Amino acid sequence: MKGVGEIASPRQDLSLSVAGLTVGVRNGPAIIEDVSMELLPSEIVGVVGESGSGKTTLGLSLLGYCRPGAEVRSGTLELGGVRVAMDGSMRTLRGRAIAYVPQDPGQALNPALRIRAAIEDIVRAHRERSAGLPEISTLLEAVNLPSSAEFSRRFPHQISGGQKQRVSIAMALSCHPGVVVLDEPTTGLDVETQSRILDELLRLRAEYRIAMIYVTHDLAVVGKIADRIAVMYAGRIVEQGPTAALLSRPRHPYTRGLLLSIPDHRRPRRLEPMRGIAVSVGEWPKGCPFAPRCPQATSECEQSVPPSTPVTSGHEVRCFRWESTPPVSDDARAGSWISPDTESEVVLEVRHLRAEHRGRGTTVVAAADISFQIRRGECLALVGESGSGKTTIARAIAGLHADVSGEILLAGSSLTPEARRRSVAERRRIQLVVQNPKDALNPRHTVRQSIARPIRVLRDRSTLSNGVDGEIDSLLERVRLPQRIANSYPDELSGGETQRVAIARALAADPELMICDEITSALDVSVQAAVLRLLRELQTDFGLSLLFITHNLGLVATIADDLLVLEDGVICERGVTSSVLGNPQHQYTKRLIAAAPSVDDSMADRI
Amino acid sequence: MSSATAETKVARPARPRRHRWEMLRAPEGVIGLVLLTFTVAVAVIGPIVAPHPLAQPVGPPGEPPGHGFPLGTDYLGRDVLSRVLYGGWPILWLSAVITLFTYVIGVLIGMVAALGRRLTDSVLMRFVDLLLAFPPLLLVLVLIASAGSSSTILIISIVLVLFPGLARIVRSATLEVSTAGYIEAAFARGERAPAVMWHEILPNIGPVILADLGVRFSFAIALVAGVNFLGLGESPPSANWALMVAENNVVITSNVWGVLAPAVMLMVLTVSINLLGDAYVRNRSKAR
Amino acid sequence: MSVPEEQVGVQQLDPKLDVKPAAAGRRLHPLLDFVLRRLAIGLVTLVAASAVIFWATNALPGDVAQATLGRNANPKALASMRHELHLEEPLLTRYVDWLGGAVHGELGNPASTITQGVGPSVAELIGPALRNTLWLALITFALLVPLTVLLATISALRVGRPADYAISYSSLLLGSLPEFVLGTILILIFFTQLNLLPPLVLPTGNPLDDPEQLVLPVLTLLGVSLSFAVRQLRVGVIHALNQEYVTMARLGGIREYRVLWRYALRNSLAPAIQSFAQTALYLFGGTVIVEALYSYPGIGRELVQAVGSRDISTVQGITLVLTSAYILINIVADLAVVLVVPRLRTGGESR
Repeated sequence: MKGVGEIASPRQDLSLSVAGLTVGVRNGPAIIEDVSMELLPSEIVGVVGESGSGKTTLGLSLLGYCRPGAEVRSGTLELGGVRVAMDGSMRTLRGRAIAYVPQDPGQALNPALRIRAAIEDIVRAHRERSAGLPEISTLLEAVNLPSSAEFSRRFPHQISGGQKQRVSIAMALSCHPGVVVLDEPTTGLDVETQSRILDELLRLRAEYRIAMIYVTHDLAVVGKIADRIAVMYAGRIVEQGPTAALLSRPRHPYTRGLLLSIPDHRRPRRLEPMRGIAVSVGEWPKGCPFAPRCPQATSECEQSVPPSTPVTSGHEVRCFRWESTPPVSDDARAGSWISPDTESEVVLEVRHLRAEHRGRGTTVVAAADISFQIRRGECLALVGESGSGKTTIARAIAGLHADVSGEILLAGSSLTPEARRRSVAERRRIQLVVQNPKDALNPRHTVRQSIARPIRVLRDRSTLSNGVDGEIDSLLERVRLPQRIANSYPDELSGGETQRVAIARALAADPELMICDEITSALDVSVQAAVLRLLRELQTDFGLSLLFITHNLGLVATIADDLLVLEDGVICERGVTSSVLGNPQHQYTKRLIAAAPSVDDSMADRI
Repeated sequence: MSSATAETKVARPARPRRHRWEMLRAPEGVIGLVLLTFTVAVAVIGPIVAPHPLAQPVGPPGEPPGHGFPLGTDYLGRDVLSRVLYGGWPILWLSAVITLFTYVIGVLIGMVAALGRRLTDSVLMRFVDLLLAFPPLLLVLVLIASAGSSSTILIISIVLVLFPGLARIVRSATLEVSTAGYIEAAFARGERAPAVMWHEILPNIGPVILADLGVRFSFAIALVAGVNFLGLGESPPSANWALMVAENNVVITSNVWGVLAPAVMLMVLTVSINLLGDAYVRNRSKAR
Repeated sequence: MSVPEEQVGVQQLDPKLDVKPAAAGRRLHPLLDFVLRRLAIGLVTLVAASAVIFWATNALPGDVAQATLGRNANPKALASMRHELHLEEPLLTRYVDWLGGAVHGELGNPASTITQGVGPSVAELIGPALRNTLWLALITFALLVPLTVLLATISALRVGRPADYAISYSSLLLGSLPEFVLGTILILIFFTQLNLLPPLVLPTGNPLDDPEQLVLPVLTLLGVSLSFAVRQLRVGVIHALNQEYVTMARLGGIREYRVLWRYALRNSLAPAIQSFAQTALYLFGGTVIVEALYSYPGIGRELVQAVGSRDISTVQGITLVLTSAYILINIVADLAVVLVVPRLRTGGESR
C-alpha cells in the first residue's frame, strides 16, 4: 500500500490498483480525495462509509464513470497491471475487465428486456458476433437461479428482488471480469436473502477467482465477507487494513466510533454515539475532516490533513494520534438490559387483534390473533421482515387502520379503532413516530409549527407553565436539539435532526406510549446510535413506554426489554429479549438470528 | 442507488430556502413578467385612453396607417388602434374568471375525491372521466349551440372543459402526499379532514397546482379567443382581439395592421403567461 | 395553443392501465380480459357522452325548432318542424330513437333540409367533410411523429445545453400561440408577403386535388401540435435516460447508440404513445379553428356553421361522431401502451 506522494509502480500481480484518485464536482468541491487502494486477485475489500462519504463515487470512478456534473481530477488506475485512462474510453473494459453490481436491482434491470436478452447485451458488447453467445443457463446456475429456458425468458418484473440481484450478479460475471465492484448489493433485501447472497459471493470469488470491492454502510456485512476493509470518511480512506485487525483494534477514532455505534444482537451493549454530524461535501474543514468530532484532536489535526501512516504491514491509518486511540474496551461492550419493572401498571394491552387490508374483491389478513401488554417504562420490540404486518399493527393501535377486530385497551379501557372517534385524552396518550424522516414533518411548516400543532390540539394549555413557546423550547432541549432550529424548515435539517423533531412532536402530546415504526432504518449508524440513546433516556427518565418496531435484531438487543417475533402476521415467538435472542425456540427466529450479520461473529470467525 | 442520490444531494451545499419569487431572477421570468404587465396595462387602461370610439366608423375601410390612424382602419372604417385598446379587457377578464372558478372547483373536487370514501371518489372521478371524454372545444360549441352565446355560457362551458384535468392532478398529488408521515400524524391527532386539507395538504400540493396555472390559464385564453375567432362569442360591434383577427381578414391586403396588431397582442399575452409558468416550473425543479 | 399537461409526468402511467392478473376461476388471458374491459368502459363512456350531448342540446331554454327558425318564425312552420323532429314526444323516447338511428348511421336531417324539404341528410353532410378532415389530420400526423421523435430526442440528449434550450424555447413560443394567430401569421408571410401559397381552400370538392391548398393548414396544425408533442416526449425521454438501468448499461460497456435505442428510447415508447395520443386528441380542437380560418371543407367548419345557425341535429350528429373518434383514440392508445410495456402486457406482478 502506498503512502501519500509515493508513485505506484506497476505490479503485475495486482487485480486493481488505484492511486491518488480525486473526483470532484465540476468547478466545485472534491467528492473524494487522494484515494489509493490495491486489490489482489480473488481478494474482497470492503469499502465502508456513511452517506456522503464518497463510497459510491469511488466505486463508479473505478469503472471510469462519473455521475453527471462530476469529473475525475487526478489519479491513476491499473487493471491487471495495465494502466488505463479513467474516462469514457474505458467502455470496452467495463463489464469485461471490471464489472459493477448496483444497489437497487429493481431499478437496474431494463424492464423491456427479458433476462436472457439483458445478459446477452453485455456479452455482445464485448464479443465478436461470430464468437457466439455464452451458455446463459450455466451463468444462471452459477448464481443459484433456475437455469430453465422458461426462467431466462422472464421479464424483470416477474422475478423477486433477490432473484433480480442474482441476475445483476450473473450479468457482472458474464464476461469473466477480473474485478467486480458491488455497491450495497444487499441493501433492501431481507436478512435471509442477504445472508445467502453473501455466501454465494464468497463461493463465486473462489470459483471464478474474481477480486471484489464491496461498498457498503454496514460494518457487520463487510466483517463477514471482506478480507480487508477500507473505512471512508469525508471522501478519504481514513483507515484500511485486514478485517480482523481493523475490527478488533481500530486505530482511527472514526472507525472506533463506528464500531461503538453498531448495535449487535450477539453482544448487546450501550451504544456510544459520536458527537456532531458528518461533514458534507464542500464543507470539509482545512485539516483532518474528523477533527471537529474527534475526542483526541489536537491543534495539529485542525491544521493539516494527516497522511496515511502504516500501523502494521497492510494496516494504515490517517491519524496523527492513532497510537492514543483507545481499544474498543470490554466495558463498552459489556452492557445489560435494564431489568423491566414487572410491578408497574400496564399502559397498553392488545387482545386478539386482527387487521385486514380490503382491496377490490380481495381481503388480505395483515395480522391475526395479536396479543401483548406494555407496562409503564417498558420497551417492547415487534420484530419482523417487511410484509410481516408490523406496521399495520402500529397503525391499528394509533387509530389509523379501521379494518380491525379484537381489543385495544389503554390503561384498561377499550379504544375504538378510528382515531377521530377516540377522546382527546386517548389520542394524546398514544403517539406514533414513523419511519421515513423525509416525510415525517410537513415540509411547509417550521419546526416550531410542527411541534406546536399537537400541543394546541391535544394539550390542556392551562397546564403549560411557560406557554406553548416555552413548552416547545423545553421539548427541543429534551431531544437535544438547539433552540435556533425552531425556525428551520425540514429541508434544512439532516435525517437525524428531522427524526428528533418528529420525536419532539410526539412528546409534545405528553404521551404515555410512543410507537416507533422503524424510526432509525433510514439513518446512518452513528446517527442511529444517538437516537437510540435518546429513546433510552426518555424511557428511564420520564417513564415513557415504547413499542419499538424494527427488522434489525441488533437494535432490539440494544433497546428492548421484551420481544415479539412476527411471521406473516402471526406472533411466532415472544419473551424477554435476552432469552429469545440467546436461546430461540421457533424455527423462524432461529433463521433470523443466524442470518443477521454481526461484527462480533465475524471477529470470532477470524481470530 | 439511493446512496448515490443522497450523495448528489450533499454535493450541493445547503442553500438558503428558495423564495417563491426567485423564478423572476431567470431571464424568461423577467421577460414574461414585463410582457404580461404590458398586456394587462393595455387591456385595463386601453379603453380609457383610446382616441376614437369603439363602434363608430372614422374613415374609409381598410386604410393603411396614417392620417391620424396610427394602425389604420378596419373593414368597417373604424380606428384599429382604439379597437386594439378596447379589445383586451373582454378576453382577459373572461379568462381570469374562468381560471378562478376552474381552480376552486378543480382543487376542491380533487382533494375531496382523494380523501373521501371510495364511493365519493368513484362518483366524482366518473363524472370527471365523462367530461374528459369530450374533445375540449366541442363541449363548448355544443353548449353554445343549444343555449346561445353569452358570457355565462362561455364561463360555464370552459370551466367544464378545464376543471377535470386539474381535479385529476390535484387528486393524484393529494394521494401522493396523504401517505406521508405528517398526514398520518395529523389524523392520529384526530384532526378533521377539512383541517388536514387546509393545514397539511394544500401547502404541499400548492407547487403542483401553481405549476399547472400557467398552462391552464393560457388554455382558458385560447378557448375564449378561439370561440370569439369563430364568431360564436361576443357579437359585433364590440371589440376583442380574437374577433378582430377574424373580421379584418377581408382587408388583410390593404391594411395588415387590422389583423396583425390584435394577433400580436394575443401572442404577447399567451407567450408571457407561458414564460412565467415555465420559469416557475424550472425554478421549482432546480430548487429540488 | 397550449394544452394542460395532464400527463406532464408522462412516465407515470395511468393507473387504470394496470392489467390485473386474471382472477381465480376466470379463464381469460389477462390481456384479453383487459381489452374487453377497456372496450366495455369505452362503450359505456360513449353512451353516457351521447346522453350528455342529447340532453345538453335539448333540455336548455328554448326548443330546437324555435332556435333553428328564429324568434319570428311562422307558427305553421314551427309546428311542422316540431312534428318533423318528434318534439312532442318525451325526451327519453327521442334520445333512444336518435341513438338507435345513430347505430345504423342515421343522424336525422339538418335544419335546411327540413325547412326546404330537400337536401342532404346529416350523415351525407358529414361523410365527405369527415374524409377531408381525416386527410388533413393524417398528413399532419405523418409529419408530426418523426419530427417530434427527432427533436425530443436531441433535446433530451442535450439537456441544459444550447440545442435543448433552442428546441425547448422555440416550442414554448410556438406552443403559446392560439392556432388562428399562428395561421394568420403564416398567411401574412406566405400569402401577403411572398405570395407563394393560397390563404384559402376553395370549398369545392376534394382538397387533395390541389395539394397546394393544404400546405398552410397542415403547417399551422403542425406548428401548434409539434411543440406540445415535443415538450411531452422530451420529459419522457429525459426520464428514461435518468433511469438506473441506463447507467447500468453504460457500466456494462454497452455501446452508446445501443444504450440509447434499447434502453432509453425503448422505454420511452409508452410515454411517446401517450403524448401522441394526447396530441391527436388536441388536434380535434385545433382542426376546428384551422378549418374555419382557411375555409377548409372539413367537419370542423361544418360544425362551426351548424353552431352559428343553431342547427341542432347537425351539431348533435357531428359531436357524436367526433366524440366517438375521441374515445376510440383513447382506447387504441391505452391498448398500444399495454402492448409495449411488458409489465402491463403480462398481467402485472407475478412471482
